[in-house]
Parts: sequence; C-alpha cells; structure tokens
Amino acid sequence: MHPAPSIIAFTVLSGIGLGLLTFLGFGVVAPVGLPAFLWFGLGYGLTLAGLAFSTFHLGHPERALKAFTQWRSSWLSREAVLSAAALLLMAPHAASSVFLAQPLPAIGMVAGVLCLVTVLATSMIYGQLRTVPRWYHWTTPVLFMIAALTGGALLTGMPFVSQVLLAWMALAIVLHWLIGDRQFARSGSTMGTATGLGARGAVRQLEPPHSGQNYLLKEMVYVVGRKHAFKLRIIALGLACVLPSIFLWIAPFSLASAVAAAISHVAGMFVSRWLFFAEAEHVVGLFYGRTAEAA
Amino acid sequence: MTTLPETTERKLGLVIDLDTCVGCHACVVSCKGWNTENYGAPLSDVDAYGADPVGTFLNRVHAYEVSPPEAQPFTVHVPKSCLHCEDAPCVTVCPTGASYKRVEDGIVLVNEQDCIGCGLCAWACPYGAREMDALAGVMKKCTLCVDRIYNDNLPEVDRVPSCVRTCPAGARHFGDLGDENSAVSQLVAERGGMDLMPEQGTRPVNKYLPPRLRDALPSAPASAAKSDPATEGLSGFLGWVDRTLTRL
Repeated sequence: MHPAPSIIAFTVLSGIGLGLLTFLGFGVVAPVGLPAFLWFGLGYGLTLAGLAFSTFHLGHPERALKAFTQWRSSWLSREAVLSAAALLLMAPHAASSVFLAQPLPAIGMVAGVLCLVTVLATSMIYGQLRTVPRWYHWTTPVLFMIAALTGGALLTGMPFVSQVLLAWMALAIVLHWLIGDRQFARSGSTMGTATGLGARGAVRQLEPPHSGQNYLLKEMVYVVGRKHAFKLRIIALGLACVLPSIFLWIAPFSLASAVAAAISHVAGMFVSRWLFFAEAEHVVGLFYGRTAEAA
Repeated sequence: MTTLPETTERKLGLVIDLDTCVGCHACVVSCKGWNTENYGAPLSDVDAYGADPVGTFLNRVHAYEVSPPEAQPFTVHVPKSCLHCEDAPCVTVCPTGASYKRVEDGIVLVNEQDCIGCGLCAWACPYGAREMDALAGVMKKCTLCVDRIYNDNLPEVDRVPSCVRTCPAGARHFGDLGDENSAVSQLVAERGGMDLMPEQGTRPVNKYLPPRLRDALPSAPASAAKSDPATEGLSGFLGWVDRTLTRL
C-alpha cells in the first residue's frame, strides 16, 4: 500500500497523543497547574496535529464533517466520532487539573477509555480490510494499541511502566511481521482465483490493461520499500523499542534520557508505520501479475 | 446509510463471456466516453498527451495466458469493472454515507456530493473497481450506466450499459441476475458462470463465463524451435540429396 506521509504522521502522532491522554485520564500521573498544562497540552497537541494531518489525505477536506455520520457501519466514521468524544470529555478533567488544581478522576477515566477505543478504531480501519491480508489479523489492533500506550508511557516519564510496555511492543511488532509474512498465502487469493481461470492451468499475465501507471497501481501495488524491508525492520525495532529501553535502563530518572528515549521511540514509530503500509500487499496486485511470492 | 440492504428487489449486473471477448478494449473506450460526457464528475486524464499519461477508468481489460498441464496454452481477455457485490465491502467502510447499494436494483453507487475522497473504499475493494479521480478528488466507479438503463429519452435498444451496447463480439450481457428465468441467469446456469475471488466473501453479482474447452490435438505438434535437424531414415529424392550433400 502507498505509504502516504499524511497518514503515517496522523497514525503515529495521534496514537502517541491519545496514549498520553489515556495515562493522564486514568490519573496514573496526576499533574496540576503548569505541569498539567504542559502535559495535557502535549497530549492534545499531538492528537490534534495528527488529526490535522489526516485531512491532507482527503480529496475534499471541506466535507470532513460528513464523516461523523456513519458510525454504525464504518470504522473510519467511528474513529472520527470517538476522537471528538474523547477530546471533548477529557477537556473538563484537563481544565480542572490546570486551573483548579483539582483533577476529576471519574470523567478522566471515561475519557481515558475513549482515547484507547479511538486508537482501536484507527487500527480497525486497517485491520478490517480483508483485501490486505497482512493487516487482516488481530496483531494489527494489538500493535496499534500497545504502540500508543508505549508512546504515552514514555512521555509521562514512567521508567518502569515504559520498560514493560517497550518489551510488549517489541513482541507485538515482531509477531505482526512474522505472522504478516504468511498472511497473503493464507488468504487463498491467487491469480487463479482472481481471474477464475486457476482450475484450467497456470495463469500468467500476458498484457496489463494499459501501458502506463494508474491509480490502483500507485495506491495499492506499491513495491518500492520492500527491497530494504528487513533492514528497515531492524532499524524500526531498534529505534522504537531497543534504544529507548537502553536509555531508560542507563538513567531511569534523568530528564535527558527520558527525552532521548521519547525521540528515539517516535523516530522508530515513523519507520515502523512506514513499513506497515509499504510492506502491505493488496490482492488487486494479483490482477497485475503480482503473485504472493513476488510481492 | 452505508449499511448494506439485506436483500435487493433486483440484482442488475453484467455477465461477461471470457470465451468470446477478443480484448479489443471497445468497452473501455465507450465507458470512458459515456461516463465523461454524462452523469457525475468526468473521468479525467492527467498529462494526456505527455510522456506519462494517467487517467481514470471504470473498466479495464486484462490479458492472461493460461497453460493447462496437458494441452496447449491459450489467451484469455478479462474485462474488469465493478461487480456490484451483494456484500460490498466498499460500501460499509464509507465514513460519510456517500457509497451505497440501491435496494431497488442492487447497483452500488457513489453520491459524489458526499464523498470526501478518503480512498478507503478503493482499498476495501479486492477487484480494483474504484478509482479516485485525480482532478475531481472524488471516488469514481461503474454505475452500471444508471443514466442509460432507465433513460426514456434513449431508444430502447440503447437502454443497456454503454460497454454492453458497444461490445462488437457480443461478449457482454446485461440483466437481472436475481431472476432465475432471465436470459443472463440462464446463460450463467448453462455455461457455469463463476465469481472472481470468491474467497474474499464479497458475493459479486456480475458473473464471468469461463472459456469453453478447446479441441485437443491427439498429440502436440512438433514446434519449429524443437525440430530435429537429423536426416536419418530419409529416402527417395530427399534421401539422395542428403547422401550427396553429405559426401561433398
């Protein structure tokens, strides 16, 4: 799949922002006054920046409000509704913490749950797509939610919780890769089923429909990144999980190591999210002669 | 609403005969023409006369080679457009309600005024039937020529999708696949009409008729590339030429 920068920025930033707001909502850290302003500000800032990036992906962003209407059937619509609800409900808890030095734990907890469910909705936009076998698996929502919580924990400066989550995230991301590598073959879709001709013999593309590019190839048959996929996986795992863990192990309570760990993690998240899209094969590629082995 | 109707009154769709299609792309051209000049945003081209032209098409014709284990390979042209699936995954993912499946005839359509151009429906379709128009920023797809088939201003013979009307080989058929007595349903029953990618669980309405079995030669003819230059056993005039030339 085409790794659109707007979508990568959106999922990474809003994921981490919502993870941070989850911890703040549950009162795992309960800052008041100026620290609360900075922490809630960071959570809101990251989430809203992510949502703003997502609108760059739209052909008609001026109609974005219509996306709040189809929550009964569409995960994308659910995400819009849930993110708005989470941010609105978190506001009284945040405002009260900042201005009255009085957190509102009950409201905060409900808002925290909504933040996590928003991340779940984001992940299900991808996890629901049977057409992209690598995503159509429970590892997709698990990875998105653990990644959001890990980023949030790093930003709240909780070394022990961060270490535990970093380990879980490393496990989740490796599982997503290893299971994902087998998913296309397991989907059962082949050039034979795509053309309906498989029962007659081996099917090979003779001629594509057009000699040039098209929307489908650019959007769904993206193959540029797969060449360096293995190296990028190592880089992503190192930056997102291993390096932050080392920083926090060396100096668990130093601000410098917390900042370095957070920066490394975010950089790693960008690489891993880029891979999440670039490595994902869409079954429509089969019509264009991209077999599971070649993909 | 982007929830799918439980049932539709009719199941209008296409039956495409892979045995008859000659791969001329006339359906592609007529589709592009009709859907650029009529309902909805035109199907744009970018850099149409330049080095790297790309454009929006609702119908594309692929060509494949099939090599049976015990027979000669053969070519099959596979025209591909929206299959107006009963369990259309493109409809349920739509966040705005722009995509919908009509209860009265089962046609899957996009209301372009509500489309935000997020592209998720194109990702959800296994067939590559939806393409985002680069200039209009909205999702385009086959409408089954909804502006032709009910159009009283057209002569009756033209009230079929443009691709069907155009096909010079008669490889495309249009009708109600929900009515088992319709001509298209009977064609499907007779010829073993099949679904594309049935494992994707979309339950397509459009059906494809598989190529008929070719006559099988008793033994494969020796191809020119494999012909043996040996002359052993040659008799008569050719044998004499061979022996004479060998002696020289």
